[in-house]
Amino acid sequence: MLYKSVNESFNEFMIERSDPKCIRCKVCVRQCAYEVHSYVEADDRLAEDNTLCIGCRRCSALCPTGAITIRSNQETFKKNESWSAAHIRNVYAQADTGGILLTAMGNPAKYPIYWDHLLLDASQVTNPSIDPLREPMELRTYLGKKPDRIEVVHNEKTGKPELKTKLSPQLTLEYPFIFSAMSYGALNLNAHRAMAAAAQELGTIYNTGEGGLHKDLFKYGKNVIVQVASGRFGVSEQYLNAGVGIEIKIGQGAKPGIGGHLPGEKVDDQISETRMIPMGSDAISPAPHHDIYSIEDLRQLIYALKEATNYTKPVSVKIAAVHHIAAIASGVARAGADIITIDGFRGGTGAAPQVIRDNVGIPMELALAAVDSRLRDEGIRNQVSIVVGGGVRNSGDAIKAIALGADAINLGTSALLAMGCTLCQRCYTGKCPWGITTNNPYLAKRLNPEIGAEKLVNLVHAWGHEMKEILGGMGLNALESLRGNRYKLRAVGLTEKDMNLLGVMPAGE
Amino acid sequence: MKINAQGIYYRDLNSTIREAVLAGTDQIELNNVNGQYFIGDGINKPVTITINGVPGNDLAAFMNGATIIVNENGQDNIGNTMNAGKVIVHGHAGDVLGYGMRGGKIHIRKDVGYRVGIHMKSYQENKPVLIAGGKAGDFFGEYMAGGVLILLGMFTDDPAKDKHGYLFGTGMHGGVIYVRGGVDESRLAKEVGVFELDDDDRAALEGYVAEFCQDFKLDVQEVLKERFVKVLPRSKRPYGNMYCPMPK
Repeated sequence: MLYKSVNESFNEFMIERSDPKCIRCKVCVRQCAYEVHSYVEADDRLAEDNTLCIGCRRCSALCPTGAITIRSNQETFKKNESWSAAHIRNVYAQADTGGILLTAMGNPAKYPIYWDHLLLDASQVTNPSIDPLREPMELRTYLGKKPDRIEVVHNEKTGKPELKTKLSPQLTLEYPFIFSAMSYGALNLNAHRAMAAAAQELGTIYNTGEGGLHKDLFKYGKNVIVQVASGRFGVSEQYLNAGVGIEIKIGQGAKPGIGGHLPGEKVDDQISETRMIPMGSDAISPAPHHDIYSIEDLRQLIYALKEATNYTKPVSVKIAAVHHIAAIASGVARAGADIITIDGFRGGTGAAPQVIRDNVGIPMELALAAVDSRLRDEGIRNQVSIVVGGGVRNSGDAIKAIALGADAINLGTSALLAMGCTLCQRCYTGKCPWGITTNNPYLAKRLNPEIGAEKLVNLVHAWGHEMKEILGGMGLNALESLRGNRYKLRAVGLTEKDMNLLGVMPAGE
Repeated sequence: MKINAQGIYYRDLNSTIREAVLAGTDQIELNNVNGQYFIGDGINKPVTITINGVPGNDLAAFMNGATIIVNENGQDNIGNTMNAGKVIVHGHAGDVLGYGMRGGKIHIRKDVGYRVGIHMKSYQENKPVLIAGGKAGDFFGEYMAGGVLILLGMFTDDPAKDKHGYLFGTGMHGGVIYVRGGVDESRLAKEVGVFELDDDDRAALEGYVAEFCQDFKLDVQEVLKERFVKVLPRSKRPYGNMYCPMPK
């Protein structure tokens, strides 16, 4: 605590240590990536520097005797409804450094969460519910362009009907979940191994994110979407052909409209090789793709990718949920995308300016409803699948998203939580105490890829099970029957306008 | 193999090329090309495609090992995220050439447009080289992370134009740019500085220029007799000090 600047002493967390419980094992000293704990040899006691604590709870979780408790610092500034402690401390930090405030993970600010105002229907008396434990229940999801109509002809030789219509390439997901694009670099290889292996086990997809695909992970190709972002990291002809789909990243919910700088601290030799940038340099993703300044240019990149892969892979375009999302999505669909991925403003990030994360974009629920309605109105909803992400916290949110019109859900934050993240929002430091968003080998080995994969598989199994129960309760036996079926949703505590935008009726009606 | 591209839709033309490459053809001549997109896109065999006419955008995008010779002018996005191979354009070319290029060579005899060599990158033996014999527009070498850009300023359709535009090397954090006859320092971005060539530079440059001159039947000595300068990034992390962590 000594020799700190005044501002550094307005710390957010306090460490409480029970001396009778402490056995001086020094686990806390070894586990803390931020060097909060230290052992004082002379007194045979553990000491802490509260000003360094980020509240990740690694020490309290691993303390074998439960001697450590992390509490928020109750010492306060004078109560002020306008200036919260966070506002005040941010000003101090910026006055000290002149820097853009950097943060991570999704928008934690107090904005309405529409999931919490939507309720699902269930069958009673007039139509029977279905018991998913004893009857088949279908969660399988196909992503890609669907034909306007299909033509079936009679095959004279086999005597059987045959599909004459040529179908566009599709992604097959056994669960309507995709492990969201979180780049190799932002996350370490262990996390990527876990997601890739889990996707394979589940029969679903893992998105590489914009940092390329590590050479060891090419073998998971059937369960991989490769992403192409403005930095074009790790993008080559082999990479494009390595997965089953390609995603063009235009925007990200946590930071719409801006690019990204993966801090040089995280660029080690493996990441340097995969991304093809110098070790220790920032991996800079420009704000726009400099070959895309219009919908026509987007079409050009979509078709450049399709040409490069001989039209064998669906192309997704990921955009952040922003004000004119419906018109933008219509343009994206018409530009030839097979999948539109919409990232809401609660979507996570490894690093973003706080002012952007907390103030730019719109909630995914509204964006999804607007896009689904618009594409239906224009008669082009079948031309694209819609994948949404950014703020789906449980299977209830997920199934509401399906009812609002989503084809599949991106799991980002929830996948990280499954692997042990505690949402401390410090991914950009490269010192993740849980070994997920760090490339420091000492920290990264805390994430065992096999255990990580198992947890991801468990989570998706659990959510899948819950979704089947909900579907069965509604008397539906396939997720397809719920897709865009907003009749199965009712709103509580929303305004007339909100309900119009969401296309749902009030509860009771 | 010769293909008359007159009036053929780009998708059909490229499909014909792909099938021919797959069947083992190693020489393809395209005649009457008139703006067809994506020629050579994603081709991963060492085929040589000669183009008579003007190919459209995204020529050699994602290309991985083929050679393309354009006997007239090229358009935008040549060598977009190209991995290996070579593109030779005997005329001038457009904007955003070699975007995200990871390897191989692009030789343009005359002028190039805006944002050329943007975010080129390299790793060990994968080292892209883009040489423009004429003049360049703004944002030359923007965000460059690796590889080699060379600007000669010699062969141009517009003698009155400046050799290069504004914001030269903006955001550059890796790689090297060589410019014949010096640069206009008032037009350099703040992230780069100008340096003298050392012996290693000169040896490398002579090799690159010799190959360029061979492609266009030019006199190497004539090109090399002028002084070259080297433009390098000042930092691997041009934006490393831009941020302030959230207070703890």
